[in-house]
Amino acid sequence: MAKRVGIEVSIAVSDAVTLCDVDVVAAYPITPQTHIVEHLSESVANGDLDAEYIRVESEHSAMSCCIGSSAAGARTFTATASQGLALMSEMLYIASGMRLPIVMTLATRTLSAPLTIWGDQSDVMSVRDCGWIVIFAENGQEAFDMTVQSFKIAEDERVLLPLMLCIDGFNLSHVIEPIEIMDREEVSSFLPPHNAKYRLDPHNVLTMGAFTMPEYFMEIKKQQDEALKDSYKVIREVWNDWGKRFGRTYTPLQTYLTDDADIILLIAGAFAGTARIAIDRLREKGIRAGLASLKLWRPFPNEDILRELGGAKVVTVIDRALSVGGGGGPIANEVRAAFYHRDKRPDIVSYVAGLSGRDVMSEHFEEMMEKSLEYSQKKEIPPYEMYGVRE
Amino acid sequence: MADLPTWKTINHACLVFTPGNTVEYLTGDWRSMRPERTDEKCVKCGECWMYCPDAAIYIDENGYYAVDYDYCKGCGICAKECPHGAIVMVEECE
Repeated sequence: MAKRVGIEVSIAVSDAVTLCDVDVVAAYPITPQTHIVEHLSESVANGDLDAEYIRVESEHSAMSCCIGSSAAGARTFTATASQGLALMSEMLYIASGMRLPIVMTLATRTLSAPLTIWGDQSDVMSVRDCGWIVIFAENGQEAFDMTVQSFKIAEDERVLLPLMLCIDGFNLSHVIEPIEIMDREEVSSFLPPHNAKYRLDPHNVLTMGAFTMPEYFMEIKKQQDEALKDSYKVIREVWNDWGKRFGRTYTPLQTYLTDDADIILLIAGAFAGTARIAIDRLREKGIRAGLASLKLWRPFPNEDILRELGGAKVVTVIDRALSVGGGGGPIANEVRAAFYHRDKRPDIVSYVAGLSGRDVMSEHFEEMMEKSLEYSQKKEIPPYEMYGVRE
Repeated sequence: MADLPTWKTINHACLVFTPGNTVEYLTGDWRSMRPERTDEKCVKCGECWMYCPDAAIYIDENGYYAVDYDYCKGCGICAKECPHGAIVMVEECE
């Protein structure tokens, strides 16, 4: 039976990985992800988890080990953040191009400089096009559930893609929350052992990631693109199956009071929890406000975006990342692109907020949404705004 | 390119299931200089065979070390290493 316990989210993620009975963990510690791999090394040391724990000299090596072990058919996990992800980035493309179902937790953190350890989503956005499935968890329970689901999604023969599960560094990774931890039977009934269809095997030889000439490369990329887009179906299937079994169903856009909403706030990750309070306050003031929490970033849930946000007059998108010199937040720009060819589309207001651990409180969300309504009424939508920056 | 596989029929992730199939790819046409051996100077020591980075040197029916021009890329290492100056690089003319 599942047990509800007060637990640090990083430890819950680590426990989920142990329950998934991974074969290989290759990781390098970096704040704010350290607790996850630290606890996993304890689980291996004390015998709770029968896995190879590979201590590597860098994140580049961590991902390289993961690629090797996943290619050999092992269920493989790693975790990183920020500069660690940047150092891995070369290998991220190898993992997805070779279609290896590695699962990685990213405790999202700012990329330096200036040197900072605090959280935002600039790291994940820096590898936007690396071909991984990217999912955002909003709270501790989601972080636990989605960790277990991630292996099932990634390893599905219709998918075979690596998956990055983002939990906001500190705001999620370091908080203690009540989380329902499933037991081994529950997890193993949901997640079958990994039986890799393609694996390095001396008795049944194959070559992965071979040299490819220009007359083949584009077909391979198209195949990968279609596979990532198609993984949407499997993600929904796995999320629905989880809902039936355990009562918590996830959707690409988790909505709150959006049905009759004139204005909808869209945000990915833990800040959606705080934003919910702002929605309630705006409703008390008579403003029909709603919230959409973005869980799925890759594949980009285009249809869900159009369906769930299309009825509103204004959509306020909050990015915890800045496309420097490029015009705002990456999520806002993709939402704008999704609506571009629609005759009827909401005004989309882009805010960049909460960079490097800058707190965004419920009243700040309220202010951003009220200002969005003003911009829309005046028909003067700025390209983007960095919220709360001292002028 | 019409007879090449489409994105639907190409192997998953470009996996290659036939081991050793690089022999089908003749890299000899990359060559701009070709090594040529003079039998009178060759003492059959085999140093060219040892140094060749492409395993493009084989022993012919007379026991001489000969160049497999299907795979020799013309790097010139054999000519440089030959202790008797039996191999010279000459320009490909065709």
